[in-house]
Amino acid sequence: MTDASVSFWAKLRRGVELVYAALREIFDEAAYDRFLLRHETASSCAAYAAFRRETETAKARRPRCC
Amino acid sequence: MPKWTRTLIWLAVAGLGAFALATIALRRGESINAMWLVLAAFCSYALGYRFYSRFIALKVMGLDSRRATPAERLDDGRDFIPTNKWVVFGHHFAAIAGPGPLVGPVLAAQFGYLPGTLWIIIGALLGGCVQDFVILVCSVRRDGKSLTEMARQEVGKTGGFVAYVAVISIIVILLAAVAFVVVNALRASPWGTFTIAMTIPIALLMGVYLRHVRPGKVLETSAIGFALTMLAIFGGQWVSQTPSWAAAFTLSGAALTVIIIVYGFAASALPVWLLLAPRDYLSTFVKLGTIASLALGIFAVSPQLHMPALTQFIDGTGPVFAGKIFPFAFITIACGAVSGFHALISSGTTPKLIMRETETRLVGYGAMMAESSVAVMAMIAACVLDPGVYFAISSPAGIVGAAPAAAAATISGWGYAVTADQMAALACAVGETTLFNRTGGAPTFAVGMAQIFASSLGGQAVMAIWYHFAIMFEALFILTVLDAGTRVGRFMLQDALGHFWKPLGRTSWYPSILLTSGMVVAMWGYFLWEAVGDPYGGINSLWPLFGISNQLLAAVALCVATTIIVKSGRARHMWVTLVPLLWLVTVTFTAAFQKVFDANPRLGFWAHANLLQGQLAANPARTELSRLIFNDRLDAVVTAVLVSLVAVVVLEAAAVWWRVITGRTPAQVREAPFVESHYEKEAA
Repeated sequence: MTDASVSFWAKLRRGVELVYAALREIFDEAAYDRFLLRHETASSCAAYAAFRRETETAKARRPRCC
Repeated sequence: MPKWTRTLIWLAVAGLGAFALATIALRRGESINAMWLVLAAFCSYALGYRFYSRFIALKVMGLDSRRATPAERLDDGRDFIPTNKWVVFGHHFAAIAGPGPLVGPVLAAQFGYLPGTLWIIIGALLGGCVQDFVILVCSVRRDGKSLTEMARQEVGKTGGFVAYVAVISIIVILLAAVAFVVVNALRASPWGTFTIAMTIPIALLMGVYLRHVRPGKVLETSAIGFALTMLAIFGGQWVSQTPSWAAAFTLSGAALTVIIIVYGFAASALPVWLLLAPRDYLSTFVKLGTIASLALGIFAVSPQLHMPALTQFIDGTGPVFAGKIFPFAFITIACGAVSGFHALISSGTTPKLIMRETETRLVGYGAMMAESSVAVMAMIAACVLDPGVYFAISSPAGIVGAAPAAAAATISGWGYAVTADQMAALACAVGETTLFNRTGGAPTFAVGMAQIFASSLGGQAVMAIWYHFAIMFEALFILTVLDAGTRVGRFMLQDALGHFWKPLGRTSWYPSILLTSGMVVAMWGYFLWEAVGDPYGGINSLWPLFGISNQLLAAVALCVATTIIVKSGRARHMWVTLVPLLWLVTVTFTAAFQKVFDANPRLGFWAHANLLQGQLAANPARTELSRLIFNDRLDAVVTAVLVSLVAVVVLEAAAVWWRVITGRTPAQVREAPFVESHYEKEAA
């Protein structure tokens, strides 16, 4: 493969990774990962319930735009 | 790349954009391809972003990548998180994109495609993007403070109070307006009603899956929910074709109104996480997917626009809503061009995620350009319809007549040929009993979108599926806006009432939750109920009211932005926010004046109340007129109060500018102290 094609695929991969990261942020998956890291715990039903409790008030105060 | 090559490229972009704009502006009497609108928009966005936003970033706001953002300084892994700029862009766009940029352009298409398209492009580049960008920068430099806090600190106590009242008012009117769109989309539509009803068990299933089967896997759960929702759309077709089921899901406007009001109250007052959070994710998933699909569909089909550039209704006699092109085209399209609501998002979550100050340009200015492009797509979806079909769907029975033949004759009389048979065939193709008098914008947008999709995928055979997919998308998303907005309004009310009696401010005290939820729901529920019973179709009074309040909030945001620019010693650049502010003040104050005092009963609330008063005096047995008279007077008072409050803020802000410019007050802003960014140090 030429340098140009390698660079193209690398850029494409980076683009897909960024879209995926944005989706994980929008859908709170990244926030859940950070919660697990902060509390040094593994994902479980109890951990997710605790995460929801923690974020619920902040999310409820967040307006949705028109 | 050498400088002369870049110059040539930008000259080519400018030339292409100018040619596209000239094409859409000067063609008369022949249909044009939608790609001209897309080309004009994208060339303008490219130029606006490259040159104007750069000027604002460097000269007006003086962005400095060495200054640490609150996400870096206060990083707590929860609210303040340094995040990649493209991820913040996606997050911000998902928060600002709602039903507004889809509905507003569809309604404004009654003037033709030209006025709305020009306003969407120019208004966004010189107004909306500037507002979102500058407010985001201001909030980033103040540790993520909200618009109301910044208004109180920089403009004055009155400014803070008015911003608060404006936010509450816009939330109430917004919720009523969008709820009305849902009522009119689902009215007498068993297919649509069934699909939306099915999202309740689907969301509950998603909630259980998310909590107990695959904790935290929201994307995967949303994909499953989306697949089930598509199945519900197919199921809806069966329901609509089975008489007993169809009867059960055929609801009147009044019944749907009651259901939506009860839903709004329950969503705000009851701990129903299992339903609301998964449905919120599902609606975001569907929204992002639909916007992307619509963009792909328009590029794939390159449809012709059948709506003329300008219609005769620029004179104010339009059937969709009353009022001349100025100021009403600029009020009707708010979210796609300038939306005050965005200032709440720009001073909410987003500033707490920005990693470098210079990235606010992409997020603030860039995301609003993306929103504006969604509005251009909505305009295209409305204008691909035959004008006769567009007016048949969007006009209320009070204007064109309730009987299909009468409505078709009235619309054809305006020069837009349509027949009752043609509309019956179209209704049959999309799986509805009728498409006449479906005001509100959602059904019109859904038919346009279905036509575009059906042209590229599946043909006429799947037109009904695409139509109901579009209706489902809009209704689902609007219901999410409704429950989130009711909760936000409840919290704001609790904060305010807490000043009078502390227990009312406790967000976990149940009597307070019930009381404030009830108050918020009663406020928007009243406006909704009023609109459903409006003989002129409801949208005629509600949408302008929403546009006025939304853009008055934008005026407040631009006042705050101008004050900060002046106080930061850059008064020579204050025109950047002052020009859109003056435009918005002119437009909203003119619209408000006309809505209250115009002598035409279709336009002026007061004139309509007087007309009804005369009818009541002639026939006292018609007691229902008393309610309509009260509603008109209430609308007039609400409009007048909002305008007066914003006038106070503008005057208070102008006094601050005068004092600073004349040297009576030192130019001083209340920013967080400068701390050098580690990211920049590491990069260096």
